[in-house]
Amino acid sequence: MSVGDSVPDRVSAVGSSDPAKIIGLLVFIYAVYLVAGSIAGINPVSNLTSLTRWIGLFAIAALALNLHWGYTGLFNIGVIGFMGVGVYVAAIVSKDPVAAGGGGAVGGATGGLGLPLPIGMLAGAVAAALFGLLVALPALRLRADYLAIVTIAVSEIFRLSVRNGNIASFDVGGLSVGFGGGDGLQLDWGSEVELLFDALLLGGVYDSLSATAERLIGSPVAVDRIGYALILLAFMIGYYALLRRIGNSPFGRVLKAIREDEEATNSLGKDTDRFKIIVFMIGCGLMGLVGVLWFMNAGGGGGSVNPTQFRPDTTFYIWVALIIGGAGSNTGSVMGGALFAAFLYRGPRFLQTVIDKLTETDLGSFARRTGFGEAMAPIAGSFDPIPLLLYAVTKIQSLQLLIMGLVIIYLMQNRPQGLLGHRKEQAAAISLSRPDRRSDGDRAVAADGGAEDE
Amino acid sequence: MSDTDIDPPEEAVQANVPEDADVDYEKAETQDSAAEEAAKHVPQAIPLQVENLSKRFGGLTAVDGASFEVEQGTLTGLIGPNGAGKSTTFNCVTGVLEPTAGTVRFNGEDITGLAPHQIADRGLARTFQIARELGEMTVLENLMLAPTHQRGESLWRSVLPFTRGSVVEQEEEVLEDVWETLDFFDIDHLADEYAGNLSGGQRKLLELARVLLTDPDVLLLDEPFAGVNPSLEERLLEHLHELREQGYTFLIVEHDMDLIMDNCERVIVMHQGSVLTEGTPEDVKADERVLEAYLGGEVET
Ligand SMILES: Nc1ncnc2c1ncn2[C@@H]1O[C@H](COP(=O)(O)OP(=O)(O)OP(=O)(O)O)[C@@H](O)[C@H]1O
Ligand SMILES: [Mg+2]
Repeated sequence: MSVGDSVPDRVSAVGSSDPAKIIGLLVFIYAVYLVAGSIAGINPVSNLTSLTRWIGLFAIAALALNLHWGYTGLFNIGVIGFMGVGVYVAAIVSKDPVAAGGGGAVGGATGGLGLPLPIGMLAGAVAAALFGLLVALPALRLRADYLAIVTIAVSEIFRLSVRNGNIASFDVGGLSVGFGGGDGLQLDWGSEVELLFDALLLGGVYDSLSATAERLIGSPVAVDRIGYALILLAFMIGYYALLRRIGNSPFGRVLKAIREDEEATNSLGKDTDRFKIIVFMIGCGLMGLVGVLWFMNAGGGGGSVNPTQFRPDTTFYIWVALIIGGAGSNTGSVMGGALFAAFLYRGPRFLQTVIDKLTETDLGSFARRTGFGEAMAPIAGSFDPIPLLLYAVTKIQSLQLLIMGLVIIYLMQNRPQGLLGHRKEQAAAISLSRPDRRSDGDRAVAADGGAEDE
Repeated sequence: MSDTDIDPPEEAVQANVPEDADVDYEKAETQDSAAEEAAKHVPQAIPLQVENLSKRFGGLTAVDGASFEVEQGTLTGLIGPNGAGKSTTFNCVTGVLEPTAGTVRFNGEDITGLAPHQIADRGLARTFQIARELGEMTVLENLMLAPTHQRGESLWRSVLPFTRGSVVEQEEEVLEDVWETLDFFDIDHLADEYAGNLSGGQRKLLELARVLLTDPDVLLLDEPFAGVNPSLEERLLEHLHELREQGYTFLIVEHDMDLIMDNCERVIVMHQGSVLTEGTPEDVKADERVLEAYLGGEVET
């Protein structure tokens, strides 16, 4: 945004201003949603918690993808597959046990190993990282576009495999576990939110939150909604802090160098394959954890997974979020995730709700009785665009993909670096300004040396 | 050149002196009078030996059985007309390309076919003819990258709270070296600039500065002064001579004949993929075949 800033100003200001930018953007988004929501009379709790949920999810997904693409230049278009491995493994590890031989292959009847949820989440992340290793070993040595092909292929293979009835349910040590086949899995962990708060030794906080919410709103669901939103915000902060730390280090410097010119980096003595494998695994592990968080709670109620949810469109959304914010910048990833979630992903649906509420009489009935043909007819006949515009507004949700496409085209044309513009997040553990210790005289001599030589 | 306490490349310069080196040494001592004018220095060791190196690209043979040696502590020139195979030889020696045939020995060890980072790790580094700056990284970041075996290149050490301190500490040491280098190369005013925004000559400087920060024993420089202004070129050459006196070894590809003749102890001439001749600048100047090669005729070898 502040392209005009002089370089030293920006470099020294990076530490404090980046989180401030994110907070500023979030405040803006929340204000828009609150105002629009209250005009339309939408329940503010469900309005804001569901907004927070999607902001958090897209932000951490974009952060994980940024480590692959933005930092290292690894073209991963199978994000949803790694998320899927994460959530499925977490389900199998920590769903309640069901005795073998009881239910058969029906989705709801399979159980898990009954381990605590945090262990399941960890297992999901580790499994996704190992799955990443499996992909990385053969593919990372190839050119970038081959990695892209391999990642989308394995994500599709994953989806088709879990849909396969043969592994829908099987017995492990007297327990019936499985992938649920085409029916998917119920993620009936009870209250995930309570479990996660307990795991963080914040059970007391959950209880008091619970009591307060009951008293104020009178709905127990609201507690889980708010708690889940808080958990996602916490993960967002955690991911952001971790990835910044990775990026601002000699390790992150090598990643950037690989992105810029792998061969030259290798010639400087860096074992680029090693870096690529490590970073691919870490990113996949983070995506696996994103997967668990994404599906475990469908906004207040228990979550579920179903193979149809693992189509590549989610991968595409995450890419759009990253591109909006600006690949290569962690701050940009969070902001891109927030903007995407608020205005492109949830926005049209939200706008639809607002419009429906505002126009319950006129537009709603117009849309109900008008088809596309009738809306087009006046344009063709008398050049009257109003009916078509009205029609478009009432069907705005279905224009979601079109709008995304237009935004991407606009960005590619006008801001290929992403909304934030050219970022200077220096890949170093310290500020790279000239160390103070050196005296000015010293410097002058060194700088003038060339001119003095004959 | 850098006094950061980054693990130095293995102490290998003096060790593993190949047998041929001893032979050369004796030869030099017995044929005293001839040797004296041929080379004012006493040959010590041969860190780099290339034997029968060949590289074919499909039907085209870019390097065709080239053999040569580079003595320790010398500035050795590698010259030859365009397309003679000089850059391809560099690529084969440093692992960027896998040679079709032949062996490359570094400090007595067969390094043929090793990955570039393994070769760089052993102390044999190179620059590219077309500068390979890391465009979307700043000049500072480009240089900070260079020192090998930085503590913070381990992910865990960079991330974990109780090890981050030592990473930061080393970063500060590296940063001082980097700023010294920036000053020396007269590119300190570009420190925060993206490397991709530099001019051609500035990129060559950055590349040379970066490879020097890796602190190698032997350096292969592919036209390092192309596009560098003459006064800076002179200063850099002076610096290379200083480093040479400290025991560093350089193999330089360069089209500027005067520069090669004035600065190199030995000159290797390549033509159509093989070594046409090798010797002191005087020898090479006197060799008619070299002139013929440059004039583009067929040369009998
Ligand atoms: N990657 C490649 N694929 C095919 N042919 C190549 C490749 N690299 C080099 N060549 C060919 O090999 C021959 C030698 O090229 P090389 O770059 O080694 O020459 P050079 O001596 O460095 O020349 P110059 O002085 O112009 O830099 C040339 O004919 C070139 O076309
Ligand atoms: Mg060349």
